[in-house]
Amino acid sequence: MTEFEIQDYRSLIGDPASRKHETYSYLPEMDANQIRKQIQAMLDKGWDVAIEHVEPERSHKTYWYMWKLPLFGEWNLDPIMTELNACRNAHPGHHVKVIGYDGKRQTQGLAMVVYRASHAS
Amino acid sequence: MNTRANTPGKYQAGVKDYRDTYWEPAYEPKDTDILACFKITPQPGVPREEVAAAVAAESSTGTWTTVWTDLLTDLDHYKGRAYRIEDVPNDDESYYAFVAYPIDLFEEGSVVNVLTSLVGNVFGFKALRSLRLEDIRFPLHYVMTCGGPPHGISVERDILNKYGRPFLGCTIKPKLGLSGKNYGRAVYECLRGGLDFTKDDENINSQPFMRWRQRYDNVAEAVHQAEAETGERKGHYLNVTAGTVEEMYKRAEYAKSLDMRIIMHDFFTAGFTANTSLANWCRDNGMLLHVHRAMHAVVDRHPKHGIHFRVLTKCLRLSGGDHLHSGTVVGKLEGDREATLGWVDLMRESFIPENRARGIFFDQDFGTMPGMMPVASGGIHVWHMPALVSIFGDDACLQFGGGTLGHPWGNAAGAAANRVAVEACVQARNQGVEVEKNGREVLANAAKHSPELAVAMETWKEITFEFDTVDKLDVAS
Repeated sequence: MTEFEIQDYRSLIGDPASRKHETYSYLPEMDANQIRKQIQAMLDKGWDVAIEHVEPERSHKTYWYMWKLPLFGEWNLDPIMTELNACRNAHPGHHVKVIGYDGKRQTQGLAMVVYRASHAS
Repeated sequence: MNTRANTPGKYQAGVKDYRDTYWEPAYEPKDTDILACFKITPQPGVPREEVAAAVAAESSTGTWTTVWTDLLTDLDHYKGRAYRIEDVPNDDESYYAFVAYPIDLFEEGSVVNVLTSLVGNVFGFKALRSLRLEDIRFPLHYVMTCGGPPHGISVERDILNKYGRPFLGCTIKPKLGLSGKNYGRAVYECLRGGLDFTKDDENINSQPFMRWRQRYDNVAEAVHQAEAETGERKGHYLNVTAGTVEEMYKRAEYAKSLDMRIIMHDFFTAGFTANTSLANWCRDNGMLLHVHRAMHAVVDRHPKHGIHFRVLTKCLRLSGGDHLHSGTVVGKLEGDREATLGWVDLMRESFIPENRARGIFFDQDFGTMPGMMPVASGGIHVWHMPALVSIFGDDACLQFGGGTLGHPWGNAAGAAANRVAVEACVQARNQGVEVEKNGREVLANAAKHSPELAVAMETWKEITFEFDTVDKLDVAS
């Protein structure tokens, strides 16, 4: 049981890596294949996909920068992944978030940060 | 045309059978009627129609004898009518009676008034051994007169900026006896570890060991500090339940002045009037309202007497609340799952069709009234997460009290374990995994990256056998 000796919980106000970004931010960053599956799940529900990005220090704000416009009516994964990469390349120091807009319920069905700036190469 | 054809004519004092006036099997309920289904267990020897009619009468216009003032009104317009009787499956002594009430019998926007009629004197009626109000259909016309939830699920998600997963909460323990400062410590540890909410226990009001103001001050500091540290939005249900509504308002105002997002109270011990007033205050002040249900089991637990929880759920949605406790399903019998899903639908959906398999006796249309977030709380821990995510979906608040605070490394680690577990289950579900069947694998994979989760799974594995015989919690095997 030595591996289960009491550990300190590592989280500091002075450490930007302690900042979280809501859904999935307590899991390891997803690889491209996982991101595709998550986006496919949004499309399967009929949600419209949107991409947003922001400077890490502003990540707790409600409004991030929209990347272009939500990809209304785009039901194919590849063009969405292309836009996602374009956003990431244009803003390498930013967090990048993918949103599934559920227009029927007038809410976001899922919002997930897919690239975390602090971990970005 | 003889306009007096249907009037009773001359006044005749005396006692008439209820069924002469209040049993109308040919009646076609109107869209505007409030409908009720009672489970009746009569005294032996009284005909079904007579008892059903008596229930309709005693819960609406009637009394035990004819009175001359009956003739000053149009009884046919105002009376409740028993219009249908059904057998209760597998039960020889009880039966269902359906009663229709004209909407004019009730004050607009007052579930208090509706309940005072429907579950008033009639429940003490001598011809009955017991009586249970199983369900109510509120017509949309009546729903529209009620304020409903102060904000509802979608607005709560916008306020908290959380989409695509259940919320996580934790009730701070021990329930009673902590000082304000020690209490705030427990809150801070939970929130910095990844929970969205912490909660006052229902019976924490303002006792000598911790007056409300010290609790609020310390909790507010804890919430703000955890938000700054994690970058996420947090809340603590500050319990404003008090001996008077004036005192509740005072505490609610103070919570608002501390920039808190949510308060709570107990709707049943405080009463529906207090609940509706507090819901209105919350709507006016942009505060979320978490509703606890102490005392509910006193009236909803007995299968033959009282009020079913689905009725209380509908009444509470009309009266107003953003969260309402729903039960957890896991750890109980399979049948409870269907019943719980029934009232969870009543909390969240706009239109809930009749579904006897879930105990729903009527179509219920809530129109555009916002939905409430069901809160699953009590005796749950990380091993339950796959089942909870499957049962409740995303729009629920899962509350782990001991399942957070009992973690060997403390509250923050316990919180992180729960957060990792819920996110892993949601992520797997979205990737097409049947998480309830594959719960053990999903959690084990997630624990590879989270020593906090690994320890939580180790800590509570001994008691998973409790869930072996119920539900589909494969992780228990």
